[in-house]
Amino acid sequence: MSISRTTAVTPRSAGGRARRPRPRVAATGPRRDTKAAYAFVLPGFALYALIMLYPAIRTFLLSFRDWQIAPGKPSPWVGLDNYIQAFQDPVFLNSLVNSAAYTVFTVPLQIIFGLGLAVLLDAKLPGRVGFRVLFYLPVVTSWVVVSLLFQYIFQSGDGVANHLVVDVFGLSSENVSWLQSRWTGMFAIGVLGIWKGIGWAMLIFLAALTAVPAELKEAAALDGANAAKRFRYVSLPAIRGALSVVFILLFIGGFNVFISVLLMTGGGPGNATQVPLTYMYQQAFSFLDFGYGSAISFSLTVLVLAASALQYWWTRRRMRE
Amino acid sequence: MNTNNSRGLTLLVRYVLLAVAAFVMVYPFLYMVSTSFKTRSLSLGDPTSLWPSEPTLENYKQVLGTENFARYFLNSAAVAIVSTILIVLLSAMMAYAFARLDWPGKRVFFTLIIIGLTIPTMMLIVPQFLLARDLHLLNSLPGLVPFYVGTALAFNTFLLAGFFEQIPHELDEAMAIDGAGPWRRFWKLAMPLSKPAIGTCVIFAFLGTWDEFAWALTVLNDVDNRTLPIAIALFQGQHSTSWGLVFAASLIAVIPVLIVYIVFQRNFVAGLTTGALKN
Repeated sequence: MSISRTTAVTPRSAGGRARRPRPRVAATGPRRDTKAAYAFVLPGFALYALIMLYPAIRTFLLSFRDWQIAPGKPSPWVGLDNYIQAFQDPVFLNSLVNSAAYTVFTVPLQIIFGLGLAVLLDAKLPGRVGFRVLFYLPVVTSWVVVSLLFQYIFQSGDGVANHLVVDVFGLSSENVSWLQSRWTGMFAIGVLGIWKGIGWAMLIFLAALTAVPAELKEAAALDGANAAKRFRYVSLPAIRGALSVVFILLFIGGFNVFISVLLMTGGGPGNATQVPLTYMYQQAFSFLDFGYGSAISFSLTVLVLAASALQYWWTRRRMRE
Repeated sequence: MNTNNSRGLTLLVRYVLLAVAAFVMVYPFLYMVSTSFKTRSLSLGDPTSLWPSEPTLENYKQVLGTENFARYFLNSAAVAIVSTILIVLLSAMMAYAFARLDWPGKRVFFTLIIIGLTIPTMMLIVPQFLLARDLHLLNSLPGLVPFYVGTALAFNTFLLAGFFEQIPHELDEAMAIDGAGPWRRFWKLAMPLSKPAIGTCVIFAFLGTWDEFAWALTVLNDVDNRTLPIAIALFQGQHSTSWGLVFAASLIAVIPVLIVYIVFQRNFVAGLTTGALKN
């Protein structure tokens, strides 16, 4: 194939040399492109292949071994043992349930609040930029800092969360030990996830809403459609694509929750608030079981990617209908 | 008249809702700031009071007084700046080849980049650790850079390629006719015309490396090598009741991020908007 291509190109560029007023570029263009293209791509791509592609393949291979960390020690192949162990391990299964609960709690609320703020900001509004910057602040603040901040807010004694629940809203007569049990702990971690993610969802929705032609909305308004109807029949269909992208990315992010759990509860008490990545991290770097850690990583990635591929396929099908 | 009134009313409702949302979103930050100005005993007082009765700079003095804090700050700054420059440069070069040049193998390489977009970085932490060990990059500050750059390339290349594609081909051809090669067209045409996208990349790259926690936690051992996120997390472990101290350190760490974000944020929205439209 490459031979036929070169022979096809050479006569044409030779012909071009005769006909075109500026032959230099026409003659050397295609050949120089290839050379230059590789010079542009290779430095970055070599690093990318070393740091991303090679480890991705290695995760897969590691997961079939009983990996021995000490150099020189043989690491026997154990087939599917690590995977069998994982799917019989109650802590791993619980960690999947925890991350699923986190996802179910955080994704819809981030979308609803993010979309709500985007709709509010989608107008000629003095101070619009200021609001946008404020709402986006949690997104650009480091996970470490906000995790510590929410640990403080949800601390057992007299944190703000307890003050609100006990004194302001009277939902409970005594202080709650938020981070000391499974579901209150996951709730606190989820509140952080929602708060930190709203701004990101808002920005994507705002970009999509801004792209909706104003004439469409005006035409609908002239036809007597109220704001709710204009949103339902003009804006919403136009941002469907953004909606499904945000949903899928938040879904993937939800199952990959890590730093907030590690810093707020450490997966504890016991293993009650463990999520797959904190458990993987513990297995790999506290217990040095690299094979098992890799099997957990790989299982999580495959499960999440399969689920998102399914969602993608499903939304595409629905959009075509 | 009537419509003017209802317009005014909707505007008012908009502002009220936005103000409530802004308060909820900003409250945790205000709380953090106010705690950082409270002394240790007061930080455990009335939790909702945002204005400390006796504001003090004691926490900031103590944080800045620790010699190591300045060191951690410089560690983070060095790693983040070098990584950001490399990420933007290498991504832009790859994106240019994908978007503007014609070469065999383009599709295969681009598909491999797209695959990288779908791999969560945490999944790779175990083999990356083994790789760093084999390359003798464990427990080294410069050793962080290739990993930070390598993991950020796919996303930034993808973002920039979408932008470069929109530059009119006539401009390229005009420069080519004047004898400009691809390298010159990249620097003189594509890069200057893509400032919003480059700004977006700078924000993402700088935030990502300045805040990076999991990898640094895994590979750095020496106290002297710590970056700020590690230092702050461990700081909290050591002074678990001195929240004022922890938040003073956190706020100092947030400042560079705010500067980069506010300087580049106009570009940022423009960059994202065009990206979102493309996709």
